[in-house]
Amino acid sequence: MEQMNDKILAGERLTADEGLALLVHGDLYQLGFLANAIRRRKHPEPVVTYVVDRNINYTDICISACKFCAFFKVPEDPAGSVLSFAELGGKIEETKALGGTQILLQGGLHPDKPLEFYEEMLRFIKGHGIHIHGFSPPEVCHFASLSGLPVREILIRLQQAGLDSIPGGGAEILCDRVRRETAPRKCLTDAWLGVMEEAHGLGMRTTATMMFGHLETYAERIEHLARVRALQDKTGGFTAFIPWPFQPDNTALAHLPKTTAFQYLKMLAMSRIFLDNIDNIQASWVTQGPKIAQLSLFFGANDFGSTMIEENVVAAAGVGFRLSEQEIRALVEGAGCVPRQRRMDYSLV
Amino acid sequence: MEQMVVAAGLGDILEKVKAGERLGFADGVRLYKSNDILAVGYLANIVRERLNGNRAYFIYNQHINYSNICTNLCKFCAFGKDKESAQAYEMTVEQVKAKVRERLAEPITEVHVVGGIHPDLPYQYYLDMLRGIKEVRPQIHIQAFTCVEIAHLATLAGKSVAETLKELVAAGLGSIPGGGAEVFSPRIRQRTCEKKLSGEGWLEVAKGAHRLGLKSNATMLYGHIETVEERVEHLAALREAQDETGGFLTFIPLAFHPKNTELHELARTTGLDDLKNIAVARCFLDNFPHIKAYWVMIGPKLAQVALSFGADDVDGTVKEELITHMAGGEAGGTMADTELIRLIRDAGRQPLERDTLYNVLREY
Repeated sequence: MEQMNDKILAGERLTADEGLALLVHGDLYQLGFLANAIRRRKHPEPVVTYVVDRNINYTDICISACKFCAFFKVPEDPAGSVLSFAELGGKIEETKALGGTQILLQGGLHPDKPLEFYEEMLRFIKGHGIHIHGFSPPEVCHFASLSGLPVREILIRLQQAGLDSIPGGGAEILCDRVRRETAPRKCLTDAWLGVMEEAHGLGMRTTATMMFGHLETYAERIEHLARVRALQDKTGGFTAFIPWPFQPDNTALAHLPKTTAFQYLKMLAMSRIFLDNIDNIQASWVTQGPKIAQLSLFFGANDFGSTMIEENVVAAAGVGFRLSEQEIRALVEGAGCVPRQRRMDYSLV
Repeated sequence: MEQMVVAAGLGDILEKVKAGERLGFADGVRLYKSNDILAVGYLANIVRERLNGNRAYFIYNQHINYSNICTNLCKFCAFGKDKESAQAYEMTVEQVKAKVRERLAEPITEVHVVGGIHPDLPYQYYLDMLRGIKEVRPQIHIQAFTCVEIAHLATLAGKSVAETLKELVAAGLGSIPGGGAEVFSPRIRQRTCEKKLSGEGWLEVAKGAHRLGLKSNATMLYGHIETVEERVEHLAALREAQDETGGFLTFIPLAFHPKNTELHELARTTGLDDLKNIAVARCFLDNFPHIKAYWVMIGPKLAQVALSFGADDVDGTVKEELITHMAGGEAGGTMADTELIRLIRDAGRQPLERDTLYNVLREY
């Protein structure tokens, strides 16, 4: 462990085996101190950023039926719906009025909307003059299989219609064993990474997420980090990494115990330590609440994520933390840092 | 990882902590003013593991707030009400007994009884309440009446604090909770709770109880208008009293909850504030056996993390706690023992069910 500490503090890269040993045997202080040191090296100014935006879920109708999801409706369910453009427009104007710079646009895998529908949606939103961070890789893969077009073609058309960047959702655990057990109809690991690689090649920046604390092993978490790190070496297109723990309530995996704050902080720190080529790590206040989110700033996080004027997916799993921009700023200041509003690409507003 | 503590500018305090040397006033202030919560926590964890190893205690307890009617009406309190208030309530001795009876099937070992400074309930009521609880549940340990209430009862009885305590003990009192300490500073008491028993008065009651063989706890209400220096003075006064009597079991830092209080314009405490108050207390109060992270006040997530920042106790399966709840405490009112045990174990600690006096009842 001593040698590993020295290696990490010297800025050297950990192997997957070393990462696994640190995650399994490292204690809270070792992980925290190392992650904090890396955070300070990467961000010498005590600035903590956040983005003002809103999660807009254009539909909850989804053919994927992932076991960890409490948000989706099966296509036969009459309660499922698709947002009208009028509703979309109202939400965007509200976001802009609150100083918002972008919208996070994601939805279920709708069984039959054609690609033109999404292109039209993007053009409509773009008419309101706002950054569109939208369509996670599983949605892009779904559009590709419905239309029979290659992923690259889909991305070019979406980009031309107004898509600016891609959110890192749907990564869950980037290991096919886990994906087949929890979300058999969702794109597999190579496909998820393939979408991101194409997007980066087209000049779109993206984030990457990890949803942990369900059926995966510690080794599979490290495998996830290693796959993300390898792609980042190739493209440099990821702006941030966002690890967040699975919220089991109201899902098909509701019997699983909820990841505790202690384990969240360790995994957050591990992400900061392992992903030496990703600049920013986000705290997940929406799942952890304000107190642990503030503490996250000492366990590797340098970004508070989004103000989430609207959030539906985690809320469906029974987790109801809400924070205003003012509260986020106060928490950051309370940790001795300076809060700064940013855009998707981490340029300051 | 000691190098990180040194890098945080706390190397000299690290040396003192490792040597078991007592921290001075200035050390306490520096720890409070440091924003390096990992370094402060690391120091606290050294003390915690030296005194309590890997142990993390919880208790199966029941809270009864017999009345919210109070003549003190402290500015930081959302619980106390004037007698004429529509929200005022008081329980009869029969109602208190019924509360105890309701939960006879549960393995409760302690009942925690706290109320306000009631203007006209007679001394006899309090004696009858203690006897009544013991009648319904003879084996239960009654931890009742803060030092502020004890001083009030002595006035009602027209007897000395010692005489009053002896009568309360004869009626069933087992130990004294730590409430009412707030911040001892006269400046703070004058501004927030001028009618309340003074800091010296509070300490005199506690020490008097210890001399009779009673154990008690101590608290500090932080996160309102007190300064860091006033917090350290508070801790220093407790440490001095403990040197004299050795009767304190546990120190419990209490996070101020502004909602529904006269100080509602103040911000809530943050996670950093909460952990720092636990950690600094653990470093400074070298003669207190235990530090409690009261999950009802700071939430179960932070209470779990606090087990690595100085705390060795998370309180218990509290039910019907009203004082924090009235001030906007968001943690649920109850937690199953299985969940407490899981949180403790998941943080790498050994869960131990204790009784009030920290005898281990069950190891998990």
